[in-house]
Amino acid sequence: MDNRIEKKFFSLREKNKKAFIAFITAGYPSLKLTEEIVYGLEQSGVDLIELGVPFSDPLADGPTIQLSSAKALEKGVNLPKILAMVKKIRIKCDLPIALMAYYNTVFQYGEEKFVRDCVISGVDGVIIPDLPPEEGEKLIKHARKHDFATVFFIAPNTTTSRIKFIAGMSSGFIYYVSTSGVTGMRKSLPEGLFLNVKRAKKITKKPICVGFGVSDARQVKQIASVADGVIVGSAIIKTINANINRKDLAKIVSLYVKSLKRYI
Amino acid sequence: MRFPNKKGYFGRFGGRFVPETLISLLDDLEKSYYSLRKDKVFQGELDFYLKEYAGRPTRLYFASKLSRALRTLRVFLKREDLLHTGAHKINNTLGQILVAARMKKTRVIAETGAGQHGVATATAAALLGLKCDIYMGSEDIERQSLNVYRMKLLGARVIPVSSGSKTLKDAMNEAIRDWVTNVKDTFYLIGSVAGPHPYPEMVRDFQSIIGKEAGAQFKNKIGKLPDYLVACVGGGSNAMGLFHAFYNDKSVKMIGIEAAGCGINTSKHAATLGKGRIGVLHGSRENVLQDKYGQIINAHSIAAGLDYPGVGPEHCFYKETKRAEYFSVTDKEAVEGLKFLSQSEGIIPALETAHAIAYLPKLAKKVKGQKSVIVCLSGRGDKDVNSLKGLL
Repeated sequence: MDNRIEKKFFSLREKNKKAFIAFITAGYPSLKLTEEIVYGLEQSGVDLIELGVPFSDPLADGPTIQLSSAKALEKGVNLPKILAMVKKIRIKCDLPIALMAYYNTVFQYGEEKFVRDCVISGVDGVIIPDLPPEEGEKLIKHARKHDFATVFFIAPNTTTSRIKFIAGMSSGFIYYVSTSGVTGMRKSLPEGLFLNVKRAKKITKKPICVGFGVSDARQVKQIASVADGVIVGSAIIKTINANINRKDLAKIVSLYVKSLKRYI
Repeated sequence: MRFPNKKGYFGRFGGRFVPETLISLLDDLEKSYYSLRKDKVFQGELDFYLKEYAGRPTRLYFASKLSRALRTLRVFLKREDLLHTGAHKINNTLGQILVAARMKKTRVIAETGAGQHGVATATAAALLGLKCDIYMGSEDIERQSLNVYRMKLLGARVIPVSSGSKTLKDAMNEAIRDWVTNVKDTFYLIGSVAGPHPYPEMVRDFQSIIGKEAGAQFKNKIGKLPDYLVACVGGGSNAMGLFHAFYNDKSVKMIGIEAAGCGINTSKHAATLGKGRIGVLHGSRENVLQDKYGQIINAHSIAAGLDYPGVGPEHCFYKETKRAEYFSVTDKEAVEGLKFLSQSEGIIPALETAHAIAYLPKLAKKVKGQKSVIVCLSGRGDKDVNSLKGLL
C-alpha cells in the first residue's frame, strides 16, 4: 500500500478519526497562490487535497466553482502546468492529492499518459464527476497498474446493486454526493443523508466521504459523525474570493479551514 | 446490425458521460421509452398528434424553378417548415412530451439555440399541461427575440444564460444543472440527436418519420430511390431524421451541411465534423470543437441553431464509416442560399436550412448527368427576418 490516499485513510481509521478534504481550483487565483494555499492547508491539518482542473463546461459545478474555473482558464492554466506545480509541491509536502477533472481533459491527455504523468508528479488519484465507472474501464485498468486511486461517486438515488458495483470500481475512497444538484453551499443538509450513508457503509468497507453543499462547521460535524470524511469546496473558494487581494491569502484560507476542521 | 448498442454506442461514439445522479434517471427513461416504443396505444396517440395537431404528413414538393436554375439536379423539398410551429422540432417534442406524461413528470426543461426547439417544447408542454422552463443563451435571446415572445405567450419561462459563449452550448450546460437538481419531477427534453444515451436514439426515432415519409412519397412520384439526401447539421436532428430510413439503401448518398461561419480556416465556425476531434461533451462521446487540452471552443454561426461545438454521435459514426459525407458553407453563402430559395420558389427558409440550400449549386457542379435530391426543408425563415434586415 504505497498510495498516499489509502495510507491516510488506514491511519485515520486506526485512530478512529475522520478525514477533512479541501477542494480548491488549481490556478485560482494563480498557480503560485494555489501552491501557497496548499502549504497553508497542510498547516491547518487538512487530510487530503482535491485539486480542481479547470474546464470550460463544468456541468456538475455551481456558480462559485464555475467562476473560479473560468478565471483559471483565462490565466492559461492547463493540466501540464498543474502537474508541474504538484511536482514542485511534493518537494516540501506529502499530503495526499487527488485531481478533480472533467473527463474530456483526461481523455484528450490520454488515459495511460494521464495516470503515468500523475504518478510521476506525485498526484495520488483522480475524481471525474462526469465519468460513471461503466465508461471508465480504460482509466481503471491503467490506474490499477500504477496504484493510482480512482474515486467514483454515489448519489442519493443510486441503487443498492449499483453501490456495490461502484464500490468495487473505486479506490482511495468513495465520493458520496450529499444531494441532487451541483456543487455549492446550502443552508441545510438534505433529509435522508445519514440513513443513505449508513446504507452505503453496510455495503462497502471502503471509506465514504461526503461532499456537495457543505457550508459550515455544524454541517461538518454532523457529516463526520456518520461518514469517513467531509469534502468542503465552494465555501473555501468563497473565502478566497472574499480575500482575493490580500497578501496573506493563503494564511486566511488556512485559518478558515482550521476553524471548520476543529469540528471533526 | 442495430445501432446504438446496449451501452448507447454508435461504433465508438455515444455512451453516457454524466454525473452519477443522472444515471438512474437515464435508466428510467431508457426503460420507459423502450417499452413505449412498442406500445400500440402510445404510438397511436403520437400518430394522432402528429397528424391532427402538427400537420403530418408534410409535402414533398418538386422545386421546378430551383431545379431549372441548377440544371443538373431535380430538387425535392421535404416541407418540414409547414409543420405547426414552423420546423421539424415538433416531431420530437410531441414524442418526448408524451413520454414525459407517461412517466408522470410535471415539469419539462429544454435548451434552445434558434428558439425553434424552445417554441416546439413550450407548445407541446402547453398542449399537455406541463410546466415548462427553457434555457437560452443571452446572445441567442437577442438574435431570436421573436421566438422568445412566442415561448412566453405559450406560458413558458425563458431563462437567460450568460455564462461562456452565451449560446446553445451554455444553455445546455444550464439545463443539465437544472435536471441534476430537480430529479424527481423534471423531464429534460433534449432537442437534438445529442446528449447521453438514450437521447440520441430516442430523438432520432421521433425524427425518422421525415425520411420514412419522404422515401414513400418519392417512390410514389418517381418510382425509385432518390440519388441524394441533403440536410443541414448542427446537433443533427433534421439530417438524421431524413437520413435514417435510407441507411440500408446504399445507392442513396447522404450529405450533411455544417456551418462554416466566417470560414473553416478561421476560428469562427461550427464545422464540428469537418474540424473537430473526438471528445466528450454533454454526456456523449462525439466530435467536438476543442483545443489541445480538451477545453471546448465556442462555435460560431449566423444560424443560432447550428451554433454548437458538438454533433450527434450517430453522425460521427456515419462519417467515420463513410455512410454519409459532410461539408460546410459559410454565413455569407447561407444568406445567398436563403435568397436563392426565397426568390426562385417563394419559400423563405430558416437560416439553418439555408445552409443545405446553399450547398445545392456546389453539388450541381459535381454530379454527372441528371440526379435527384431530397432536401430537408427543416424550418421556415420568419424567425430570422429581424437579424437579416441589415444584410439585404
